[in-house]
Amino acid sequence: MKKIITIAAVLTIMAGALGGCGTNGSPAGEDVKSEKAKSSQTVATDGSTSMEKVIGFLSEAYMEEHGDIKVTYNPTGSSSGIQAAAEGRCDIGLASRDLKEEETADLQGTVVAIDGIGIIVNPDNPTEDLTIEQIGKIYSGEITNWKEVGGSDAPIVCIGREAASGTRDGFEEVTGTKDKCKYSQELTSTGDVVQTVSGNPNAIGYASVASAGDTVKMISVEGVRPTTDTIQDGEYKVQRNFVLVTKKDTALSRAAQEFFDFATSEQADSLIKEAGAVPVKR
Amino acid sequence: MEKIKKAAKCMEKAMNLLFLVCGLLTILFVILITVFLVISGIPAIRNIGLGDFLFGKTWASTSARPSYGILPFILTSVYGTLGAVLIGVPIGLLCAIFLAKMSPKKVGSVVRNVVDLLAGIPSVVYGLVGMIIIVPCVREIFHLPDGANLFSAILVLAVMILPSVISVSETAIKAVPKEYEEASLALGATKTETIFKVVVPAAKSGIVTAVVLGIGRAVGEAMAVMMVAGNVANMPELFGSVRFLTTAVASEMSYSSGLQRQALFSIALVLFLFIMAINLILNVMIKKGEQND
Repeated sequence: MKKIITIAAVLTIMAGALGGCGTNGSPAGEDVKSEKAKSSQTVATDGSTSMEKVIGFLSEAYMEEHGDIKVTYNPTGSSSGIQAAAEGRCDIGLASRDLKEEETADLQGTVVAIDGIGIIVNPDNPTEDLTIEQIGKIYSGEITNWKEVGGSDAPIVCIGREAASGTRDGFEEVTGTKDKCKYSQELTSTGDVVQTVSGNPNAIGYASVASAGDTVKMISVEGVRPTTDTIQDGEYKVQRNFVLVTKKDTALSRAAQEFFDFATSEQADSLIKEAGAVPVKR
Repeated sequence: MEKIKKAAKCMEKAMNLLFLVCGLLTILFVILITVFLVISGIPAIRNIGLGDFLFGKTWASTSARPSYGILPFILTSVYGTLGAVLIGVPIGLLCAIFLAKMSPKKVGSVVRNVVDLLAGIPSVVYGLVGMIIIVPCVREIFHLPDGANLFSAILVLAVMILPSVISVSETAIKAVPKEYEEASLALGATKTETIFKVVVPAAKSGIVTAVVLGIGRAVGEAMAVMMVAGNVANMPELFGSVRFLTTAVASEMSYSSGLQRQALFSIALVLFLFIMAINLILNVMIKKGEQND
């Protein structure tokens, strides 16, 4: 008798679970449908991982104002973001580099913010300033000792990012070291770079000015310290653009256009600052 | 009563089916992964050329004239694993002997728990500790400009393979019949002689299994070595920055595109073949061990 009860109980529970699935399932399905119907209410962004903070701040503020519009962000990297925009897989592509010539054929790039790339050294390092030429020579292995650039007699350890990183791309372009860098470590995140540089008195590295933190020393380049003003007017040379990528021949959906306008408006400046990047000069 | 029997039978059948489906599902996963890797790994190899791919000495996937040679990664993975085995296996084996033959009961259970704990530590934690402690230490001790190199990776891997080496060889040593030992002791051999000349040789196949298992763990590890090896695609040097097969895939995958991405899949395929070969060896070892028993 007990067995029957047990089996019955098990069956009831199972039926309940299945039933639950069913009843829960159908409205969920409808949700998807209705979301599709008003797909113009979702703004899909896709691309650069370095832009996560900026786009996060912008979309959050925007969604607070426009409760019915959802801004999504897919961190895939600049090249994938540009590709996604070109293929129409997202509304706005995000790139932490300027568009290449072949990409500008049918894509439009709009600078939304500027990211200063800080040159960081260990706090114990007496070096305060380097020229771009010196930085280039250090990273390409021509200068290997700190005393050659006015520091103490110690070997220079070059820390960098992995080959496909947007920060590395920006840095190597500015310093003219594309494909010539002799790294002693290639790390996969800004945090790792900062951690390594703060732990090695001979290390030099690069990271977004906003995310360098204070465990490392950010030096000036060609006598210019990286600040909002010097980055904005281009005096500080090691910088790159954060670009919104849109298709030239297709108009954005209404919601996407509104978000685009918001992101490039003066209103967004304080948000971009909060996110650690530098707004464009108006 | 009939009803109950019928219901029970029904239940039994249903459960059997469930087990079967779960079993088939696992096989399906393996087949899916294999097919996926082969399909996505072959095009790049064909494009680059098998020889250039496997034996090319430069990897410059994002340069203006890209080259895709993975010999540095292969050699690094092989050297790194060998180094880890060279350091980790003696320590692990001696620890297993201690646990199986020498340790007082209480001490043994404590050590065993600690070893289990070691097995449960996530690899990113190993990497973090390596990055913050081992890398600076290696730099200081060997007076290097930078401590992130093959040697640091070997140290981290050696610790990581300890748990599997210890637990498998301990089981193997414990499985040696007591009579062997007693006979040896009765003939006048000391305890140390008995262990090294009788017990360990008798547990040989189990210990080899432990080593192969350790090799498998070391070859497949990505996160921890990524944080301590420096990740520059150099030909391996003990105190040079190096990149393993696993980290080659992991560090570039997120941003890659085109042939570069395909080449990463090809690296994954090579890694997969490595692991398959190791598993095959492992199976042969275990079979051999069973026959001996």
